[in-house]
Amino acid sequence: MTNNQIRNQITVALAGQPNVGKSTVFNLLTGLSQHVGNWPGKTVEQKTGVYDHNGTRVHIVDLPGTYSLTANSLEERIARDYIIREQPDVVVAIADASALERNLYLLAELLSLPAPVVLALNMIDVAEQQGMRIEPHVLEAALGLPVVPMVATKGQGVRGLMEAVDRVSKNTAAYAPSRPEIRADHQAVLAQIQRLIAGAVPEPYPEDWVALKLLEGDEEITSMMRERLDEDRWQEVHTILMQHEDAILAVAGGRYEWIGRMVRAAVVRPRIGQVTLTDRVDRYATHPFWGLLILLGMLGLVFWLTYTVGAPLQELLDTYLVQAGAEWVRSALSGAPAWLVGLLADGVIGGAGMVITFLPILVIFFAALGFLEDVGYMARAAYVMDRFMHLMGLHGKSFLPLFLGFGCNVPAVMGTRIVDSPRARLLTILLAPLVPCTARMAVVAVLAPIFFGRSAALVSWGLVGLSLALLATTGWLLHEFVLGGEHVAFIMELPLYHLPNARTIGLSVLQRTVAFLRKAGSIILVVSVIVWALSTLPGGEIESSYLADIGRLLAPLGGLMGLGWRMMVALLTSFVAKENTIATLGVLYSAGEEGARLAKVLAGVLKPAAALAFMAVQMLFIPCVATVATVRQETASWRWTAFSVALLLVVSFTVGIVIYQGAMLVGWGV
Amino acid sequence: MSEEWIPLTGLGPGQVGVVRQLAGGRGFVARLASLGFAPGVEVQMLQNFGHGPLIVLVRDTRVALGRGEAMKVLVEAMPHDQ
Repeated sequence: MTNNQIRNQITVALAGQPNVGKSTVFNLLTGLSQHVGNWPGKTVEQKTGVYDHNGTRVHIVDLPGTYSLTANSLEERIARDYIIREQPDVVVAIADASALERNLYLLAELLSLPAPVVLALNMIDVAEQQGMRIEPHVLEAALGLPVVPMVATKGQGVRGLMEAVDRVSKNTAAYAPSRPEIRADHQAVLAQIQRLIAGAVPEPYPEDWVALKLLEGDEEITSMMRERLDEDRWQEVHTILMQHEDAILAVAGGRYEWIGRMVRAAVVRPRIGQVTLTDRVDRYATHPFWGLLILLGMLGLVFWLTYTVGAPLQELLDTYLVQAGAEWVRSALSGAPAWLVGLLADGVIGGAGMVITFLPILVIFFAALGFLEDVGYMARAAYVMDRFMHLMGLHGKSFLPLFLGFGCNVPAVMGTRIVDSPRARLLTILLAPLVPCTARMAVVAVLAPIFFGRSAALVSWGLVGLSLALLATTGWLLHEFVLGGEHVAFIMELPLYHLPNARTIGLSVLQRTVAFLRKAGSIILVVSVIVWALSTLPGGEIESSYLADIGRLLAPLGGLMGLGWRMMVALLTSFVAKENTIATLGVLYSAGEEGARLAKVLAGVLKPAAALAFMAVQMLFIPCVATVATVRQETASWRWTAFSVALLLVVSFTVGIVIYQGAMLVGWGV
Repeated sequence: MSEEWIPLTGLGPGQVGVVRQLAGGRGFVARLASLGFAPGVEVQMLQNFGHGPLIVLVRDTRVALGRGEAMKVLVEAMPHDQ
């Protein structure tokens, strides 16, 4: 408060359970001003942005979506630590009006933290479609805090929300909400604990909140207080806690009793038994048989779109941007030394072109993914897949990150955070690289037509099937023999279906694409130049280059799969980025970036059996370096990272050898 | 009264029950509570094929549960016509 400018800046945190339209509200408020990064020291995504309201600059922090604020997951810890330690001026709790009672559970938790809360009642329209009538003013009077009705998908309620935030931030003294209490039969115990810990709770934790969390059995708070209290005092607290092990039910029960009182007068609801659109769709979408067919259909549709719309676009970009660019460089630098022209035209443009031509496929994939997420289908996919995932000791939730793997293995490995059990999470991380990512599929999409012409689609599908079959087998083997069977809890919300929001999907496509470009843009470019250099040094001839030396070392292994040293080199460079397979082949067969020429050369060099072996190995090989780095980060263990790499090496080469030797035996394609 | 409590898996599709007890560790109970489960709340079975996961409606929320998890939720079944 040193000057006027600072007085005009406030920080607002957005809290809410998953599927309440929180990101829609956030996008609406911040638009393109948002910044996507990570929470300090954590690997969870953090979004921030600004909104200007009547001369006040509002810094908006999007907290992770959580059902409660127990320390059950990393997200829940991040959300509550932020509110307690950073103390935002206002917390906006976003609730889904159509499931108000369950949503107010998070509000009940937020109210015991030291920041004023404004309740955004989103999806009022959905609630009305369900036959519910909600009186915001009545709810506001009961809660004693501002309640703002919203329909974020239609942009309604944003001004009202920010006005309420402004009012609360300017007059915190007037903020005196109703707060939930623990169920009556546990009030004495709570008071007792509060007395025992009085004075020993570190700043800035509120004492009554810590007492409540101790009763709830919160591990983080429990270990914090065990350190803070002297031995005797802790023993006293511990004894009480042991006597009331089921106190969590009293805490939760108290919250729901309070919620019941709050909404009683404010909500008019229909009788149970109404059949909604969601119920009608779910009759099929979650059915053990029809649901599976629908899921397969969805996946098929996504791939069909990727191939029929994405591939031609890719070719157009390649012809009119990449090849034209390389030509331009060659003619513009006609007087320059040959190595410089080669570096720019083959190394730099070849690599950058690879990144650019990827965009159509990625955008289509991200859009499809964003669409399925936004309409609420993804949870159904997890539900339908649950029984299959069980065979591998996983549950349906692991399906979501693995599904993400079709886009890119990096988000797949990071997405395993939604899996609650550490063991199931590790297994999911180990399996994720076996999901064929867009980059691998793009390599297949280029190579399959070259080698197999009309049967290209069949071969591509076969390779996907092979990958998934190996994923299932590997998962089952790891579950049974390496990690030792253990059951994992499966509890998941199935959100209501709703119309997709173009803005939400568009922004998610944009953010994912930018993230890919940042990663791929730099890595692929650098590798492309390095590969070009390795293939040129020391003498300028590929045949005598350093890269050729490495490839020749691996030739005996390649021989088992019918692959020459150039193909082995292409595999090696794919470690840095899958897309490099083609770039390397282009450089090594000196076909440059002209697709047609590379096709002709490759088709002449490889027999079908070796080509099939190569494509299979390429699909199953070590993931790109970005994925391996993510595996290391997420498992926090070099041992498991090395295990993951070794596992994939063994699996991929075994499959390659089996395919080639098998084909030799039956005399096919040799 | 506790003889009338049955695991959630015992409810057929469309049947309504009242939650009486949540068995299991604190972490498990806390997760169930944050999704709407608490003693006294009414739940309606939406999908239960007798095997595999099931779907219940609790506080206007559709929640999918594994069978093992559903076994730990004890309910009192309500008569069919309510």
